[in-house]
Amino acid sequence: MNLPVLKAADFASDQDVRWCPGCGDYSILAQMKKVLPELGYPREKTVFISGIGCSSRFPYYMNTYGMHSIHGRAPTFATGLKSTRPELMVWVITGDGDSLSIGGNHFIHCLRRNLDVNIVLFNNRIYGLTKGQYSPTSAEGQITKSTPMGAIDHPLSPLSLALAAEATFVARSIDAHVKHLGETLKAAAEHKGTSLVEVYQNCNVFNDGAMAYAQEKKQRAENVIELEHGKPLIFGAKGDKGIRLTGNHLEVVNTADVPADDLLIHDAHDPNPAIQMMLARMRYPEMPEPIGVLRAVEGVATYNDQINEQVTAAKAKKGEGDLTALFHSGDTWQVA
Amino acid sequence: MIETSTSSATSKTVETVSGITVRLCGDSGDGMQLLGTQLTNTSALAGNDVATFPDFPAEIRAPRGTRAGVSGFQVQFASKEIFTPGDTLDALVVMNPAAMVTNIGDLRKGGILIANEDGFNDKEYKLAKVESNPLDADVIEQSYRVVRVSMTELTREAVSGFGLSTKFADRCKNFFAMGLVYWLFGRSLDPTLRFIEEKFSKKPDIMNANIAALRAGWAYGETTEVFGESYQVEAAKLEPGTYRNIMGNQALAWGLIAASKVSGKDLFYGTYPITPASDILHELTKYKNFGVRTFQAEDEIAAVCATIGAAFGGTMAVTASSGPGIALKGEAMGLGVMLELPMIIINVQRGGPSTGLPTKTEQSDLLQVMFGRNGEAPMPVLAPRSPGDCFAMAVEAWRIATECMVPVMLLSDGYIANGSEPWKIPDIKDLPEIKCSHPVASDSDEPFLPYGRDENLARPWAIPGTPELMHRVGGLEKEDGTGNVSYDPDNHQHMVETRAAKVAKIAERLPEQDVFGPTSGDVLVVSWGGTYGACLTAVARCRDAGHDVSHAHIRYMNPLPSNIGTLLRSFRTVIVPELNAGQLRMLLRAEYLVDCVGINKVKGKPFAVSELVDAITHHATTHQAATHQAASHRQTKAG
Repeated sequence: MNLPVLKAADFASDQDVRWCPGCGDYSILAQMKKVLPELGYPREKTVFISGIGCSSRFPYYMNTYGMHSIHGRAPTFATGLKSTRPELMVWVITGDGDSLSIGGNHFIHCLRRNLDVNIVLFNNRIYGLTKGQYSPTSAEGQITKSTPMGAIDHPLSPLSLALAAEATFVARSIDAHVKHLGETLKAAAEHKGTSLVEVYQNCNVFNDGAMAYAQEKKQRAENVIELEHGKPLIFGAKGDKGIRLTGNHLEVVNTADVPADDLLIHDAHDPNPAIQMMLARMRYPEMPEPIGVLRAVEGVATYNDQINEQVTAAKAKKGEGDLTALFHSGDTWQVA
Repeated sequence: MIETSTSSATSKTVETVSGITVRLCGDSGDGMQLLGTQLTNTSALAGNDVATFPDFPAEIRAPRGTRAGVSGFQVQFASKEIFTPGDTLDALVVMNPAAMVTNIGDLRKGGILIANEDGFNDKEYKLAKVESNPLDADVIEQSYRVVRVSMTELTREAVSGFGLSTKFADRCKNFFAMGLVYWLFGRSLDPTLRFIEEKFSKKPDIMNANIAALRAGWAYGETTEVFGESYQVEAAKLEPGTYRNIMGNQALAWGLIAASKVSGKDLFYGTYPITPASDILHELTKYKNFGVRTFQAEDEIAAVCATIGAAFGGTMAVTASSGPGIALKGEAMGLGVMLELPMIIINVQRGGPSTGLPTKTEQSDLLQVMFGRNGEAPMPVLAPRSPGDCFAMAVEAWRIATECMVPVMLLSDGYIANGSEPWKIPDIKDLPEIKCSHPVASDSDEPFLPYGRDENLARPWAIPGTPELMHRVGGLEKEDGTGNVSYDPDNHQHMVETRAAKVAKIAERLPEQDVFGPTSGDVLVVSWGGTYGACLTAVARCRDAGHDVSHAHIRYMNPLPSNIGTLLRSFRTVIVPELNAGQLRMLLRAEYLVDCVGINKVKGKPFAVSELVDAITHHATTHQAATHQAASHRQTKAG
């Protein structure tokens, strides 16, 4: 059988893309279109569900099935769909305000249920669509339209939150780091269970350069550490810095100063999230920020599998439901 | 089917009566709801028509012995067709002083008051906030036939051989009370014996003790001199068929399952626990072998959104809640209207606003479900009229939802949900046919139009997984036909009008409103929802008394049946009784410019037939007098 070989362009819908010129969303859209053909999944079995926000226009631009839903709730629509149509590949597209503020509850519960969907969280640390208010990931002290004297909220880390909610796949990538982004999206798609990918995404209109330390190629090597399962944690333009676990905290060391096996080896498959949580908490400028797959634990039952297995088990035990038998179950009487 | 039982043969005089209304009251933990349910089922099995009204506090275990903790169950069983659980009580069973003082007002003069004497002591008087034993009041002795029974003591004796602790022995006293009530009303013990054997099969001591207590209660009535006679109510002449007793929420759940089966769809039920809707979840989750998937969501919003997600995937999708939860679902319901996907949203109403009276009934969410969404977001609204009718209306809701590709609101209430009545079991082949079709890719060069429309203005239900029909839906305004996002002003006007027309057109295919009594005349009583039984009975009594009163009970709230306007204009006075401040009345006046008089009660309780008879009679006579006066005034002027 000859399956049609799809190209990135086959995944583009006929709608004009309406993000601001220079927006980081373009890069994510491009990588998604590039990765999907590589996954070999038919377009008609692929569904994008989004909430509200700039990022959430994403489904309109994909030639797949899609739903642009309501603010913060995309994971819940995905839950209903994936529970009843487990054969579909479902992506949830969301932003920092959408998933961590108004939709925080659903975000947590989707992860703890381990629904087999892929969540891509576009984190630009600002409300773009409503024109520049601070978001739950905005930096403390950040001056925005709604915080003229500086934000007083402590920012939330989506990775820490996901790990605390027992997520089985947690990763981070960067809009401008296209190769890494593509590989991370692919790894997320291949994971069985909820995959969370946080993408640092530049809002060049309302929060330009907020994550330049990670996005700009020149700065990235010094400020970002690329995680690879089974490899030591090394970073820096010359690969001269590493991460060591000392006692119960992580510290930056010069690789020249310490024996090679002192460096922390990344274990994304460790069911115990303790060290992964320590990685998630590393923040610029004190520490380099990790990108790549922090956690990928396979073999945890998914919500969609289990809800359907119960139906199968009930049918095996009781037989296919019979309405007449149901109506006549228990006490009945005859009126002549 | 049940066998006739020798255990219910009495040697005393038996008086035949046409109907009995009993209320059983005790502490929340006294097992009164169980007692009531058993009496109901047993009476239904004896062929009586039955109607019930359970009434319990919102607290799981309110402070013991207090007035707030009283839990009651009222049942009327009769040899004729009845539509309400009865106004005044023929018999009242009370387990403690609090139960007595809060309920005695409803016992008719000369009625039987059965009291568990062991529950009446100084400690209990204090808890119930009464000075002394209320049973000793002269007015009680003079007004009622008071029967004091030492139920706790007698139960302890009856179960003494089973080695139970006093705590467990005392828990059997509701079965003693049940045995006594069964004797008094000539009920067979067999259904309850079967129930006890099944329920406590793994705890033989408890099973045997409960059986002993039940039999001891029956024997007490038979052997002591307390009762000179017992009563019997013969079988009612219901329409021929096989019957069972059914509760509203159970009937609703079964209706959903039936609808899913006849439409060839699996059922997805997304919900969040809330009184009084939770029993639908408890019922549905038992039937996974019917292809039922239940999802207990993290909140009300997740519940409705998951439902929309399942509907998008082509499944029969349903969510349910009560008023406060429906408020939370408002935004998502608007999306459902915009997406034009079929689904059912159930509101089992309770007393409001806010948390209100969670365990009490009210009809105050009609305007909420009609208009509680932003923008112009019309949805069909159906309202079952009785517990058994919940089955038919659930099927009907899914039929309309799929025929029109629209979310449908089903508006029940706590009174219907927890009430029960005999239900004629339908033949599966008599259930309405519900066709669900999903388009597939065609060879034609025409592009697929996800928002193209058929004669009902319904769009195609193209589901993910279908090759070539990929499309995107969402909450932004859709261009008609293509479904693409559109900000075009004319398109928006067109789409708002189309979504409204789609709902309005349903009326063309609905049955006309039927009327009990003549279709024109002096007075028309218009009711909806759970007040059906009380309104029908009240109108029948008014007619018997010679008043020209007709009754129209509406089950299709939106769109209203096409002949409603004509009907309203055919009567001199239109009276709308509702358990709210006048919501249907407001709709009728706004829609048809016909003045309507309200009978409005918001006490968390259903209408009593007598209060409706009084109010209808009052309005009928005052309005007629006013009309008459106006007519003679005109005559005078003309003269």
